[in-house]
Amino acid sequence: MKYQSQAVAKPYFIAALALFVGQIVFGLIAGLQYLYGTFLFPELPFDVAHMSHTNLLIVWLLMAFMGAAYFIVPEEAQTELYSPKLALVTFWVFLTAGALTIAAYLFVPYAHLAAITGNAALPTMGRGYLEQPLPIKIGIVLVALSLLFNVTMTLIKGRKTSINLILVGSLWGLALLFLPAFYFPQDTVKASFGWWWIVHGWVEGDWELILGALLGFILIKMTGVDREIVEKWIYIIVAMTLVSGLVGIGHHYYYTGAPSYWIWLGSIFSALEPLPFMLLIAFSFKMLLARRREHPNKAAMLWALGTPIMAFLGAGLWGFMITLAPAQYYMHGTNFTAAHGHLAFFGAYAMVSLAIISYAMPLLRGRIANSDAAQRWEMAGFWIMVLSMLGIALALTGAGIVTVVLQRAAADPMPFMQVQDKERVFFWLRELAGVGFFVGLLVYLRSFFISGEYEYAGEMKRALAA
Amino acid sequence: MNAEASVIRTQPLPGDFAIWIFIFAELTVFGVLFAAYAFARSAHADLFNAAQLGLNRVYGLANTLILVTSSYFVVRATQSIKAGRSTACGHWLVGALGLGGCFLAVKLAEFHQDLAQGISLSANLFDMFYLSLTFFHFMHVVMGMAILAVVAHKAYAGRYSVADHTGVETGASYWHMVDLVWIILFALVYVIH
Repeated sequence: MKYQSQAVAKPYFIAALALFVGQIVFGLIAGLQYLYGTFLFPELPFDVAHMSHTNLLIVWLLMAFMGAAYFIVPEEAQTELYSPKLALVTFWVFLTAGALTIAAYLFVPYAHLAAITGNAALPTMGRGYLEQPLPIKIGIVLVALSLLFNVTMTLIKGRKTSINLILVGSLWGLALLFLPAFYFPQDTVKASFGWWWIVHGWVEGDWELILGALLGFILIKMTGVDREIVEKWIYIIVAMTLVSGLVGIGHHYYYTGAPSYWIWLGSIFSALEPLPFMLLIAFSFKMLLARRREHPNKAAMLWALGTPIMAFLGAGLWGFMITLAPAQYYMHGTNFTAAHGHLAFFGAYAMVSLAIISYAMPLLRGRIANSDAAQRWEMAGFWIMVLSMLGIALALTGAGIVTVVLQRAAADPMPFMQVQDKERVFFWLRELAGVGFFVGLLVYLRSFFISGEYEYAGEMKRALAA
Repeated sequence: MNAEASVIRTQPLPGDFAIWIFIFAELTVFGVLFAAYAFARSAHADLFNAAQLGLNRVYGLANTLILVTSSYFVVRATQSIKAGRSTACGHWLVGALGLGGCFLAVKLAEFHQDLAQGISLSANLFDMFYLSLTFFHFMHVVMGMAILAVVAHKAYAGRYSVADHTGVETGASYWHMVDLVWIILFALVYVIH
């Protein structure tokens, strides 16, 4: 850690991981409810478990991105954060708001929650990922404004590197793209568009830029490759993201109610969206090969290299599989979408968050890298989580195939609930893989409780003996 | 094999390697678009042939000549900097930028006329492809001009030399790609019947 104020990132990272655990617990419950519909009913119905699962995902990723921003921006700008106090206050506001939201979901019926939080005055509740009550949404905007003010002021007074410009710029984009959350007209087409732009503007556009900036920062630090070379790659990746993503997010516009030319434009450009992920893979491995030092934090390097590969699989390959209009006609809204969603969110955004946490946390705890033993636990956690998530995605893909064959493309379509029954084996496999993922997460978290730091001398001795 | 040929063969790509990765990615994007065009045309050949007649080939031809000439200017800019003449390099680039501006003006006039004639994204499949492809290329001309403007500015500031002019070659390579894509686009969308 080069600047004292970077320390404010630590509570963000810790809270992110705690919320991540919560997300997985709700995921396991929701997964089990696919098999036993009345499990925990009426205390915790499926819709609440599902909503908690997805909302916690968004909140923990935002926590991690904010932590990353507070860690990276001062270091890149070579100056202390504009106001560490503000960052800490913001942290507690955001954590409290997040916890209150989940508690409200669990203990207050959703319709009642809407009534007591002023949803009638300005309707915003009810759309997927955007279920938060109005005061919470306003809170999110205030938290975002506080973050943007803080990092932008830091950037203004410090060095303006490309990584920092892209990171701060995309954080502005993240905040601006949230604003359609306040636009929920009666017209379902317009409402769908507003919703679409937030979630897909994030994951197919803006967040990819954040991902590029975080990965670029980690690789500059860990490989010692010249900044100019890394920045050039990042610019190309950003440009390709925008070329494919801006029009590519139109791949559902037609089904949302836009003119038919969107079938073509959406299909073609979204089919190009794997390109920036391929470039990310090429970039990461080229930097690895060109590295000028062996960084002792091998676990962080593993996360950094795993991210583009898993992102390519989840966002690129699984996304491509369902994006062309003729395929989408049959596959949209089946478990193919769920498979893509799981693998893409984890592969791209969860993994890059874990990568920056892996790189930054040892530094925030006063050491360049964790002890060898701790890193072994962390890397074991990496592999268990990655393989389990692939298991989840494959199981959901299997369920998706069953739906397409028996329901969507069948001459005599089988009723929905009967199809669900036929998919039980895949839901079991998904749940087992989910348990595996949870075990992987616990193994990963265990690594934080192994004390001691990386010892050069001990490592050297062992390497020479070998 | 004579000595000259071996020299040519062992010469690395001009400009920065990264721009070639980008050019490769961009050509992939246009390749996919052209393939989609071909796929759609094969299914609706009559519609495409009929709708194609609505285009004004004079605009297309004029823009082809403008871009080819601008590419020549960019070649002269590269030759100038290799001879150590920074100011001449800058002048040639400004010339190319001017032609880029002409291209945009002609294309805008053409879009204006298209709209008046009822060509729109929703009109038919051919019009959709024509407008999307040419507008997407239009944005690439804008981006190419931004790159050339930076290079020209640096050339006037004396930041390039006989020994170090990678930046000029990088900008030139991208501009040639923009030109090349237009030549294919012109033949494919305006001419081939």
